[in-house]
Parts: sequence; C-alpha cells; structure tokens
Amino acid sequence: MDRNQIVQPENIVCKKPTLMNDNNMHYCPGCSHGVVHKLVAEVIEEMGMADKAVGVSPVGCAVFAYNYIDIDWQEAAHGRAPALATGIKRTWPDRLVFTYQGDGDLACIGTCETIHALNRGENIVIIFVNNAIYGMTGGQMAPTTLIGQKTSTCPYGRDPEIHGYPLKMADIAAQLEGTCYVTRQSVESVASILKAKKALRKAFEASMAGKGSSLVEFVSTCNSGWKLTPAKANEWMKENMFPFYPKGDLKDTTDK
Amino acid sequence: MAEEREVVLMKGNEAIAHAAIRCGCDGYFGYPITPQSEVIETLAELKPWETTGMQVVQAESELASIYMVYGAAGAGKRAMTSSSSPGIALMQEGITYMAGAEVPGVFVNVQRGGPGLGTIQPSQGDYFQATRGGGNGDYKVIVLAPSSVQEMADFVDLAFELAFKYRNPAMILSDGVIGQMMEKVVLPPFKPRRTDEQVIKECPWASTGKPKNRERVVITSLELKPEAMEKRNIALQEKYAKIQENEVRFEQQQMDDAEYAIVAFGSAARIAEKSVEIAREQGIKVGLFRPITLFPFPEKQIAELSKKVKGILVAEINAGQMVQDVRLAVNGAVPVEQFGRLGGIVPDPEEIVNALKKVM
Amino acid sequence: MINALNNYIMAKMKGAIEVNTERCKGCSLCIIACPQKVIALANKVNLHGYPYVEAVNEEACVGCASCGIVCPDGCITVYRKKVEE
Repeated sequence: MDRNQIVQPENIVCKKPTLMNDNNMHYCPGCSHGVVHKLVAEVIEEMGMADKAVGVSPVGCAVFAYNYIDIDWQEAAHGRAPALATGIKRTWPDRLVFTYQGDGDLACIGTCETIHALNRGENIVIIFVNNAIYGMTGGQMAPTTLIGQKTSTCPYGRDPEIHGYPLKMADIAAQLEGTCYVTRQSVESVASILKAKKALRKAFEASMAGKGSSLVEFVSTCNSGWKLTPAKANEWMKENMFPFYPKGDLKDTTDK
Repeated sequence: MAEEREVVLMKGNEAIAHAAIRCGCDGYFGYPITPQSEVIETLAELKPWETTGMQVVQAESELASIYMVYGAAGAGKRAMTSSSSPGIALMQEGITYMAGAEVPGVFVNVQRGGPGLGTIQPSQGDYFQATRGGGNGDYKVIVLAPSSVQEMADFVDLAFELAFKYRNPAMILSDGVIGQMMEKVVLPPFKPRRTDEQVIKECPWASTGKPKNRERVVITSLELKPEAMEKRNIALQEKYAKIQENEVRFEQQQMDDAEYAIVAFGSAARIAEKSVEIAREQGIKVGLFRPITLFPFPEKQIAELSKKVKGILVAEINAGQMVQDVRLAVNGAVPVEQFGRLGGIVPDPEEIVNALKKVM
Repeated sequence: MINALNNYIMAKMKGAIEVNTERCKGCSLCIIACPQKVIALANKVNLHGYPYVEAVNEEACVGCASCGIVCPDGCITVYRKKVEE
C-alpha cells in the first residue's frame, strides 16, 4: 500500500486534541502534565462542554495550563483553587468547573481549601497531579515526598524525625461525606492512560449530575526534579510511588 | 406618586445583609468574626437562595472567603464578603490578586482595634491597610467610608457599581460602632439579579465559558514578560487616575463660615458632628469635612479648604493615619493636628473639642 | 496489548505517523511505547534545541497509536487503514 493511501484525514486514529491549541507547552520533556492536559482537553470536547467549561489553574508547573487548553480559565493563588471553583460553580451551576493542582498546591498550602470544598460536596472536580516534589521552584520536598526520597530540601532523604510523613490526600478525601468519586490513576502506559481518561470522564459527569465533589489523583513523574530520564522516571514511579499511592477507585457513589 | 419606602430599625451589619440581597448580589462568601458576624447570620436567616437565588456560603476561613469572591467575581457575578481587621489582614493576598487581575470583588471591613488579634472594640486603625494596600505591588482599592446605618445600606450597591464600572475591587470601610449601632434606615428597593445572558453581555471579560466566537478568557494577575507587565501596570495607574478624577465623594457641615475644620470619616465623623455643635455653642466657628471616599481621597477639596481656615484637626480613632493624607493635601498651608484614641476606645465629643482648642 | 496487536496483524492494518517536529521534545516515551520499533530519535534538533523523533521503520507500523497516546505533547498524528485483500 502506498503511504499516501494511509495518510488521509479519514484514517486518523489519534491526534492532538482539538481543544488543545498550537502553543508549545513549557513542561519538561516527558512530563506527566502533558498527558493529563490531553485527557482534560479530550474529555471536555467529547462531552460537548467546551463552551461551558471553566478551569482553575494552580501555582506550580501547571500555572500556564490556561495557555494550552482552549476554554475559559482563572488563575488561582497558591492552594486556593478549590475556593475559586466554589465561587464559580455556586454562581454558574450549569458550568463544568474543575481545578488542576499539583501536590504543593493541593496538599500543602491548600490543604484547608481542598478538604473543605470536597467536604461541602461542591459539584466540582479537583484534578491532582502528584509527583512528590515541588517542580516549578526547583525540586524541593513536597508533602507527598516519600520517606527516603531525596529532594533539594531533604538532600539526605526524607526523614520522618525531621520532616514528618507523606500525606495520602486521596485517602483523606475518600473519608469525606461530600465526595462522590475519589480515584488514583496514572498516565505512563497506554493501558493506564485509557483507564485514567474513563475516570476523568466519570468525575466530570458526576459533577454535572450534581452528585458532589470528585478528586482525581494522577500519580505522576517529575523527571527534572527526580533527576532521571523520562523513561527511568516512569520506572522509579512504578517501583516506589505505586506501592505507597496505590491506584484504583477509593470511593465511588456516583450511581447512588 | 411617591414610592412607598420601608423604614426599619436595624444594625449596620444587618443593613449590609439586607442591601446585598436587594441590590442583586449573586453570592456572599464569609467567615464569622466579631464585630460583624451579623452579616452572615442575617443572610442565613433570610435565606436568599430560596428567593433571589443568591448564594450564601460560610467558608472555612477568610482566605477561602476572599478567593470564593475572586472566583465568582472573575466570572462576572456580583460577589462579596465581609470581615473585621484581622480577617481583612488575611485577605490581603486575595485583594492584590483581584487588583492585578481586575476582578470586581466587594468586601466590607468592620474595623476593630489592633494590631494583631487586638480587641473586639471599634477602631479606625485599618485606614492605611485600606488605602495604601496591605498586599503587594502598586494598586488601589476603591474605599467607601459609611458613617451611618443608611450609608451601610446605600454603599453596597454603590460599591458594586463602582467595582464593575472600573473592574476594580471595592471596599466598604466601616467599624464596630456603625456595624453594631441601630438606626432608622430606608432599605433600597429590590433590584433583580442579572440573568446569565446579561452577565455575559455586560462582562465580556469574564470567565463565563468560551463560546466559539471569541478568544478564551484568562483571569490572571501573572505576567512574566517585563515590557508587558509594565504596560499592565501603567494601565492600572491610568485607571486609578480616572477614579481619582471622577469618583471623589465627601460631605461638609457648617464649613461656610468656618475658621477651623475638623476632618473625620466614619464613626469619628458622627462623633465630630456633636463636637462641632458643642464648639459652636462655645463660640468657636468650626465646621466638619467628611471624606466619604478614602480612595479616591478628596485632596483637591481639602487643599481648597485649607485656604479658608486657620487650622485643621483630624479626628480619627487610630494613632494617626488619615492625617498623613490631609497633611499632603494641605501642603503646609495651615497647621494640621491629629486626635485619636487607641485600644478600641471610642472618644467622647468633648475630647475632640478639647483637642480642637489645642490647634487654635 | 499483544492480543490487540495480533488482531491488527491478522486483520492486516497498516499505519503511518506524522510527527510535529517543532513540538517534539525528544522525551522518547513514544519510542519505548511502540511495539513495532517504528520510531527513533533523529540525529537533528528542532528550533527549540530539542532532538525530535521520526519514523525510521514505518513499514512495520500497524497504527496502534501507542506513540500518540503516550506522547505528553500531542505531537504524533497516527493513521491506520485496513489492507484490502
């Protein structure tokens, strides 16, 4: 078969999502953010909600998420995205409202806003990209950094005596009455990406159906902060992050 | 035919709540703190979400409150919060973010004594915080200073009008005296909340959901390119200059033949009214100049006034804050003295008269 | 994944990819994901200084789209056509 016969518009089985514009994304090569962005763009498009979606971006590597996905956005102060999302969704109940946050944003400075927005059962989706490090500011320890993991502010490895223990936010979220869907996913393989997309869609639909709040955690890599190649970072994540932050649904009451 | 107007007796804090519902506010997001918890309590009692659809949320903190306001106002809705001095201190970051992103949030400060956790008694110690900006960067917040329960009621709609006219955060700077005192008030007539379509039409800059026929909206105060950031800041400064030119509000009493002037705002102005009465009885020709907008400050008017009087006493319940702006406006033309009490103590009218005599 | 591939091969799918070389950052995750060893890093860099990937063995491509799915930057457009017997 001639290549020209294959390369025809009707034969496209995979391409950059339509809602993702042509701006080159600033993320490091191999960063999980890029894949999660694609999933967000695809799901919003497939739900037909492009003109009704409002995203709230964090302070962190994804601060410029608003430059890449072609919907309306608000830039939140560090950790406050769930509060902004509450204000938006309460006054625009028919909009698809979500936050997109990293581990510092959601589990450190924003712990209070995260827990309370989830607990109030706000009809929003909180997207949590957890890579156990502060990427944007140069690789410092995060509340989800693992025991023994080395970062610039725990160069000898996280020590519970000095630094305390890593936080499992999804487990906390699953305890709250207000949440309807809490899940951990990842995006390092085709299989995990397809599962993750289904989970994201479920969460978005639950928020539009008024079922309450959802937390979708993406256990992710930070090859720059971890000082590994993208491929090795995926391996490290599978060996170290997955056992501590196990994947799967921690809570699902969406069909109630 | 004269419109029938309701005259009721209520606290300043309660008037804020009633006025918010009546001016078509879409959302109140707040946190309890003395001396202003009646605002959210009254709203909770009135249940506007069942009548006008106005949302009332008790947030988990003042931090969360200001950011809920930011979210809703950034989406074009009339959103407000209220707090008192230490809570407003917490909100400073949200306020500078609103100024930078040009989000028209409205907030009320019912001042109490400070610094720090302070006292629950009234003060005017947040004048600097309100007018100099307690957050970072070059910005201004529109500041309205009510001195009666009526003005508490009237200023809510005015604050929203100004906030949306200039896409700027606006504050009502009240204090524990006005928040807690009860007076007759004519509540404003009911104005319906804007429909979603009206909001989209009136606020094309807001993040309401991107239709195909426009670019996406991003509500943000972040700009990393220096040239672009300079342009943004210059535009903000030009906006503040416009506000200074067009929105000054003040009130004068018995200034026509005055040889001395007392300059005071808020509850200090109410007390000073009595001081003017007492002084006049004693033969002193004194008048009262009351700034109503603290930003924009009535600097031109005070400069004019300083040409006609022999001295000015600034009466404010703090260690000397507005007096700085008065001195700047007077520019050395006449002596300017300040009188204030601290620690949450509210002065008597006689104290102000005695202080005035020291100026003379 | 293997079963799916067998199905493709049995049904004789032929694929092809287009890489947006200016968007590619050379992270190489597509190279690892590709079950057919179609993709490799080119010996060149783009305008941003990143080495980019290209199809070096496109004959073997079955259009499974693993590369496009794992690509963090959405650089790869994948085409697939059933081979008519």
